[in-house]
Amino acid sequence: MTNIPETGRSSRVTIRLVAIQILVFSLLLTLGGRLWYLQIRNGREYADEARNNHVQQVVEPATRGSILDARGIPLADNQTRLVVSASRTDLLKMKDDGKAVLGRLAKVLGMSETEIRNKVRLCDAKTPQPCWNGSPFQPIPITDEATTQQALQIRERSEDFPGISAEPTAVRRYAAPGKAETAQVLGYLSPVTDEEIQKAKNTRSPLLRSDQIGRSGLERTYDSQLRGKAGVTRYEVDNLGRVIGKAKSDKAVPGSNVVTSIDARVQAIAERELEQAMKDARKEHDKNTGTNYKADAGAVVVMENKTGRIVSMASNPSYDPNAWVGGISGKDYARLTGKDSNYPLLNRAIQGQSAPGSIFKVISTSAAVAAGYDFDGTYPCTASFSIGNQVFKNFESKGYGPINLGRALEVSCDTVFYGLAYQQWQKDGGNKPKDPKDWFYKTAHQFGLGKETGIDLPNEVTGRVPDRQWKKRYWEANKDSWCKQGKSGDDYVSKIARENCESGMKMRAGDSVNYSIGQGDTQVTPIQMATIYAAIANGGTLYNPTVGKAVVSPDGKHIENIEPKSHGKLPVTARTLSQIDGALAGVATRGTAAWRFQGWPQDKIPMHAKTGTAEVYGKQTTGWFATYTKDYTIVMTISQGGTGSGSAGPAVRKIYNALYGVDDKGKIDEKQALLPRPQTGLPRILGDGTIQAQPITPVAAPATPAATGRRGR
Amino acid sequence: MTSSHTAGGFTVRRYSPDRGAWGKLTARDSVVRKLDWVMLLCSLALSLIGAVLVFSATRNRTELTHGDEYGYLLRHLLNTGIGLALAAGAIWLGHRTLRGAVPILYGLSLVLALLVLTPLGATINGSRSWLAIPGGLSLQPAEFAKITITLGMALILAGRVDAGDRPHPDHRTVVQALGLAAVPVAIIMLMPDLGSVMVLGAIILGVLLASGASNRWILGLLGAGVVGCVAIWQLGLLDDYQIARFAAFANPSLDPAGVGYNTNQARIAIGGGGLTGSGLFHGSQTTGQFVPEQQTDFIFTVAGEELGFLGAGLIIVLLGVVLWRACRIAREASELYSTIVAAGFIAWFSFQSFENIGMTLGIMPVTGLPLPFVSYGGTSMFAVWIAIGLLQSIHVQRPVSA
Repeated sequence: MTNIPETGRSSRVTIRLVAIQILVFSLLLTLGGRLWYLQIRNGREYADEARNNHVQQVVEPATRGSILDARGIPLADNQTRLVVSASRTDLLKMKDDGKAVLGRLAKVLGMSETEIRNKVRLCDAKTPQPCWNGSPFQPIPITDEATTQQALQIRERSEDFPGISAEPTAVRRYAAPGKAETAQVLGYLSPVTDEEIQKAKNTRSPLLRSDQIGRSGLERTYDSQLRGKAGVTRYEVDNLGRVIGKAKSDKAVPGSNVVTSIDARVQAIAERELEQAMKDARKEHDKNTGTNYKADAGAVVVMENKTGRIVSMASNPSYDPNAWVGGISGKDYARLTGKDSNYPLLNRAIQGQSAPGSIFKVISTSAAVAAGYDFDGTYPCTASFSIGNQVFKNFESKGYGPINLGRALEVSCDTVFYGLAYQQWQKDGGNKPKDPKDWFYKTAHQFGLGKETGIDLPNEVTGRVPDRQWKKRYWEANKDSWCKQGKSGDDYVSKIARENCESGMKMRAGDSVNYSIGQGDTQVTPIQMATIYAAIANGGTLYNPTVGKAVVSPDGKHIENIEPKSHGKLPVTARTLSQIDGALAGVATRGTAAWRFQGWPQDKIPMHAKTGTAEVYGKQTTGWFATYTKDYTIVMTISQGGTGSGSAGPAVRKIYNALYGVDDKGKIDEKQALLPRPQTGLPRILGDGTIQAQPITPVAAPATPAATGRRGR
Repeated sequence: MTSSHTAGGFTVRRYSPDRGAWGKLTARDSVVRKLDWVMLLCSLALSLIGAVLVFSATRNRTELTHGDEYGYLLRHLLNTGIGLALAAGAIWLGHRTLRGAVPILYGLSLVLALLVLTPLGATINGSRSWLAIPGGLSLQPAEFAKITITLGMALILAGRVDAGDRPHPDHRTVVQALGLAAVPVAIIMLMPDLGSVMVLGAIILGVLLASGASNRWILGLLGAGVVGCVAIWQLGLLDDYQIARFAAFANPSLDPAGVGYNTNQARIAIGGGGLTGSGLFHGSQTTGQFVPEQQTDFIFTVAGEELGFLGAGLIIVLLGVVLWRACRIAREASELYSTIVAAGFIAWFSFQSFENIGMTLGIMPVTGLPLPFVSYGGTSMFAVWIAIGLLQSIHVQRPVSA
C-alpha cells in the first residue's frame, strides 16, 4: 500500500487545503459573531419587538366623566347609542376597496353613498370635512343614530357587511338641561391624531388610538380628569391574529366627574335673554347708519364676586354641541366654521374683543386718582373738548359744568376724562415724551387688561392696551402698507393711513384722549371686564375666573376642590374704591343706567352699573353693560347693538330678577329666587359615587332627584 | 508451500476465537473501529437536534401537519435513519468502488434533474426544483447533483494525477471538469434554484482549489462569477421576486411584506432568544408562526429563539466539528481523488451552512437552502449523509502506516 503515490498530499494541495480550512472557520466565526451581536448585544431590543409582535391590545374605552352644573345636573354626560362603524383596514382588503359593502350599507342606513364614503376617507391637507382624522386602524363611526332594526339587519347579514360593526356604544351627550346649551363653555370632543398620541406617549396620561380628546371648552381643560383610563386586555396572538393566550389586562377606570359653578337655570336664562336682547336690538333703528342694528354677536358673563366663579357664560351665535358627537357631518361642519357662519364655535365671552367704551372709565378714574387728582375735586364737564383744531365730542352725554369724578362716572362725561388724559399726556412730554409716567396705561395693565384672566377655559385672548410699546411694534409691522396707502388718495382711509405712516409710532394727544374713554385701539374681553367689576365689588381682588368647581372621582371618594385663585389686586386705595363703588351705584339710580333699573329694590339689593358704547370703524357701535351687586357681577356686550344700556339693559336686569326673585315691580319673592346668594357647597354625592342632581325647574313635576347619567328635569 | 501455508492458516484460525458479528465489528482492524466517530456522532447530534426543532416548529401548524402533531418529527427521524443507512451503504461500498460508478451516477442525477423540468416537476415557492414521485413524496435532484458534480469533477481532475502522469491537472482537464459541472448547473439554473446554483459554485471552487489547478483558474472563475452576477442583474435574467429577496436581506424595509418580513421576523426571533432562549416550545415567534418556512429554511430561528445563544451556538460548533474532521480527512487522504471529494463536500457543507444561518441572521440574502442535517427535508438529509458516508470511507481506506 505504501507504494501508492501520495498524490493527495503534494505541497500545493496541502497549502490549498489549509486555505480552505481557514476560509471555512472564518465563515463559522462570522456566524458566531453575528449571533452574539443579535442575541447578546442587542438581545433586549429584539425581545421587546418580539413581545410587541405577538401581543395585540383590545381596548375597552373608559366612560368619560360627566360635566355637572353647580346643583349636580349633567351638562355633558354619556348615552348608549347604536353606533355603526367601518374598519378601514378590512375595507381596503377587498377588491373594490369596500365600495360594494358601503353601497349596501348606505341602503340599509338610508344615507347617500357619497356621504358614507366621505366619512371613512382620511383627512389630509387637501381633503375637506367630512373626513376621518383619527387613527386609520380604528373603526370609523358612520352613524350613531342607527335604529335597532338597522343594527339587526347589519348583524344578521354579517357576510354582506364585512368590516362593518353595529355596537351599542357610550357616546357623549350634551343634554341642554332646561335649555341651557352652554355650548362654547362645554366644548366638544374629536378623535386623537397620531401626533397627539406621540406627544402624550411619556406623560402620565398616555392616549390610545381609540380615544376622543377634548378640543375646546371644559372638555379640553379638564380632558385628562374626564377621560379616565381605557381598559386594555393584551392577547397573545399568532401571525394571523388568532388568539393563543391572554397576557395581561388592565381594567377600565372611568373618568372623574367635573362639577362646575354653572347654574343651568341661570345659564338658560342668560342664553335666552342674550338671544332676546339681540333680537330686540335688530328691531332698533340706528341713526348713524340709517339701518337697523345688526346685533351680530354678543356675550354675557355672570360671575361670583368673591370667588371669581362663573355662574353662567353665554356666547351668541351659538350651536348645538351634539353636532360633534359621533363625527361631525360635512354640512354641520360648514355651518359651524364657514365664512358665512359668523363663527358660533367662538366663545365670545373670552375670545371676543372690542373697545370697552365707557365701562373703561373706572380704570381712567383710578388712573387719575393715582396720578394725584382728587376724586372729589371738580373738573369741567363741557359739551366738547378741543385740542388745536381737533374737536372731541362728549358722546351720549352733555355739559354738566364742573363736577367731581364720581359724577363724571354717573353721567359718563367724556370731556372730564379727555381733560385729565390730555394733561397727563402733556406732563409726560407730549409729542416729545420724557420719562413718561403713563398713568392711564399703567393702571390698565394693573387692572389685568392686555393679558389673560387665567380662566379655566382654553384659548382665552388677551385684548390689548395700546400703550407706547404696542404703538411702536404696531407701527413697525404696518408702516409699509400705511405709507403706501397714504399716497394713493385723499379719502378718509388714505388720510388716516398717511397720518399713521408719519406719526403712528408716537403716542399722540388724540390717542391718549380717545383712550381715556375706552375708545380707539383698546381691546378687552367680557371676561376681563367682569373680573375687573367683580374686583371693584369685592374690595379689590382680581380673581382668576373659574368654571370648574370640583373634580369628583368616579367612586365619589376623592373630591378635588378647585379653589379661587387671584392674579392681583386693583391698584386703588380702599377709599377710592368705595368712592367708585358709590358712583357706580349712582349710575344705577340716577345715572346712565337708571332708566333700566327703575323700581329696583336698591335698598335691599344695591345695584351698581356702568354703561358703555364703543365706536368701531366701519361698523355699528358695540354696547357694553357692566353691573354688579354684593355677590354677582354681570357683564354683557352686544356687537353692533347700539348703546350698552339700550341693548343689554333689560336682559341684564332679567337675569338679576331671576337670581334674586325680583319681579318687574321690584318686589322680592325669596321663593322665586334662583340663587339669592352664591352656592358654596357641592351637590350631594351618594355612596356609590353618583352625584345627586337637583330638579331643573322647581315648578315641574314632583321633585324626585335624578342621579347622574340621567337627564334631571 | 501451499499446504503449509494452508496449515498455518488453520493454525491461526484455531487459536483465534471465532468471531461473531459483534466481534467482527469491534475487532481492532474492523471498519467500525476505524470510523471517524467524532464526525459521525456530531452529525447525528445535529440531526437529532434538528428533529426537536422541527417538532417545535411544526407541532401546532395544523395546516401543515393536518392534525398529526408528530408527523414531521417522525418523518425527520425516518429521514435520518434512511440517511444513516445510505451512509453505511457508502462506507460498505467504499468510495473507491464507487469511483468506477461515477459516470453512471452522474448520468442518473442529470436525468433526475431534467425530469424536474418536465411535467413531473413540482413548483414550490416560485422554484421548480422538486420531483414528485408516487406516494406523495418528492425529491430535490439538485441535492444529488451536489454529490455527483463533486465526484465527477474529482474523477476527471484526479485521473492523470493519480496515475502519476502529472503533478497537477492541466488546463485541458480543468476545462473538461468545468464542462462536466456546467451541464447540471445550467439545468438547475433553469428551474430556477438559485440557492443550489450558489452552492454548486462554491463546490466547484472548492474542488478546483483542492485539485491543485492553476491559480489562474481559481481567480478566473471568481472573476467570471462576479461578471456573471452583474450580467444577470443587468440583463434582467432574474425574476423580480429574486431581486427583491437579494436586496431585502440587508434592508427589510425594501420589501416589508415579502422577504423583508421573513428577514425581520427571523431576526426578531433570534434576537429575542438572548443567552439561554425562551425554552423549548416556549418561543412566542415560533408558537405564533411569525417566521415562515420555519421547519426547513428558517429552522435556525427556532434554535435561536428557544435555545438562545448557547443552543444556536452549539449548532454552529457541531457544524464546525464536522467540518474540522472533514478537513482532517481531506488532508490525510492519500490520493488526489479522495482529497478533491472531501474538499468538495467541505465547500458544500460550509457554504450551505453559512448561507442558511447567514440569511436568518440577516447577513446573507434569502434563498431556499436547507441547513445540513438540521432542516426538515428528505433529499437534503439523504445527500448529506451519503457525503458523510463517503468521507468516512475515505477515512477508513486511508493508508494505515502512512
